[in-house]
Amino acid sequence: MTIEARGVVKTFGTFKALDGVDLKVANGELLALLGPSGSGKTTLLRIIAGLEWPDAGEILFDGENALDRGARERHVGFVFQHYALFRHMSVFENVAFGLRVQPRRIRKSEAQIRARVKELLDLVQLDWLADRYPSQLSGGQRQRIALARALAIEPRILLLDEPFGALDAKVRKELRQWLRTLHHSINVTSIFVTHDQEEALEVAHRVVVMDKGRIEQVGSPNDVYDAPATAFVHGFIGESIMLPVEVSGGAVHLNGRPLDLAAPGDTAGASTLFVRRHDMVIGPADSGTLHGAIIHVRSFGPVQRAEIALTEGSTIEIDAPRDRELKIGDRIGLKPRHYRIFASG
Amino acid sequence: MSVLAPRRSTLPGFGLTMGLTLTWLSLIVLIPLAGLFVRSTELSLEQFWGIVTSRRTLSALKISFGLSFAAALVNLVMGTIVVWALVRYRFPGRRLFDAIVDVPFALPTAVAGVALTSLFAQKGWLGAPLAALGIKVAFTPLGIFIAMIFIGIPFVVRTVQPVLIDLDPEIEEAAASLGAGRWHIVTKVILPSLMPALLTGFALAFARAVGEYGSVIFIAGNLPNVSEIAPLLIVIRLSEFRYADATAIAVVMLVVAFVIIFAVNRLQRWAQAQASS
Repeated sequence: MTIEARGVVKTFGTFKALDGVDLKVANGELLALLGPSGSGKTTLLRIIAGLEWPDAGEILFDGENALDRGARERHVGFVFQHYALFRHMSVFENVAFGLRVQPRRIRKSEAQIRARVKELLDLVQLDWLADRYPSQLSGGQRQRIALARALAIEPRILLLDEPFGALDAKVRKELRQWLRTLHHSINVTSIFVTHDQEEALEVAHRVVVMDKGRIEQVGSPNDVYDAPATAFVHGFIGESIMLPVEVSGGAVHLNGRPLDLAAPGDTAGASTLFVRRHDMVIGPADSGTLHGAIIHVRSFGPVQRAEIALTEGSTIEIDAPRDRELKIGDRIGLKPRHYRIFASG
Repeated sequence: MSVLAPRRSTLPGFGLTMGLTLTWLSLIVLIPLAGLFVRSTELSLEQFWGIVTSRRTLSALKISFGLSFAAALVNLVMGTIVVWALVRYRFPGRRLFDAIVDVPFALPTAVAGVALTSLFAQKGWLGAPLAALGIKVAFTPLGIFIAMIFIGIPFVVRTVQPVLIDLDPEIEEAAASLGAGRWHIVTKVILPSLMPALLTGFALAFARAVGEYGSVIFIAGNLPNVSEIAPLLIVIRLSEFRYADATAIAVVMLVVAFVIIFAVNRLQRWAQAQASS
């Protein structure tokens, strides 16, 4: 099933949660809505689910208007950050709920319901927990049960709101992998909301980056990382060095000193230079276009991170391979391998 | 005592609070109740049996417990609806209605009795139209029933209200997205979650109605075997200086009330275990 949002606007009191959102989701796609809190990503998800109504705009499922149907009729599986399991029901009954409340004429027989629940519990690898109650499960298990429950109704769309947000880091990583595999096997159009970029980039086919109720960029994980469309995306995804620069006639100045960099044709005036930390090439003090002294070095994992006081006035952090020898006090020259310049707005 | 009170505990004051609790409960509850039992032993078993199985005593007990149970059931249903409206909707006068719920708590029961009696008397505001329909309320068991509903309603409302406020709206959204209609959401998700609180409210309203005296005697008419409640019969026996008779009836009330409260308590624990185990 395809999903399309057209000009969706939603305000809560004076707060504009969504400010004209247009989005198309392809059939079978696994899409991430990524953004800081307050960016409107959860509101958009809830509007698609029918738990919230927009002030303006349209939501189309397979080209048909979805807004005249409530959550109950949309046939959407929804997974909540805090699971929202029914505490008074066993795991089995939680998963069976969606099947038991179907209108009588299409409701399955008890035997069919049992078989389906068993199948779903097998799918989430928790069939041995069928008789337990939600409070007896760990967070990760609860979320997998919530997912099984959402899948029981054979939803046309699966929506997940910060599904791993309440779990600890290790379980999160496991479940990410697992969600990807699961999506591959059931292949239902899915959207998940997250504020964790690693999660979005690792799991999703496409990532929608949102800020202040607007979509900043839509693209593959590689696109949003390698070719950020806006200053916000560059700053939000991955770690970037940001330097305030002045652009005039294609020349870039940092604190009045010209840099050996070219600005894109349409930028002028106060701008920001963005460079990925690992895209700074370190050379001798008389090389490169930026100069400074190393004031701090830390090593972890495959990289070492150096803090550098630039002669132009600011302090930046760069990543270098572990085998590059860096000493505190060394004067070095820097040249960005890749960089982007966005006008400050 | 070392088992009960480990020498080093993160919660200090166990000895002091436990001692005070036991002393206080003994003074206030246990000793007076024990006195009741001691007093009733002045009677021989045959005498005791004779008193409690006399027609008048049995009718009074039946009226007290039967009507209290029925009134608690009505309060359970209506109280739940009131809570729902107060918690879930915003309407003008909501705070006023919320405050009104507590009136039966605070009003002297005699005042409530007089007010209800004049309201439901044959010439009262409600009594007159009801009399026209052939329904007599004041000075009948129906009057007792209404007085018991009046004094019991705040117990259900105040017990269920905080639980409904705390109920996570996400579980209703989850149920809706799974295809449940309004009816299924209420009966399969909301009511089971409220069940422990509903049972507690029911038990409290029931216990209050069984023990009610002031408001009931004004509206009851107090005809022996028809509209005479057990607490009134006890008072009548006391005024006749038949103390042993009075304590015998009191002991039966105590035991029956205890058994019922205990049963509701068990039921409530079971419901709680279902909800949170």
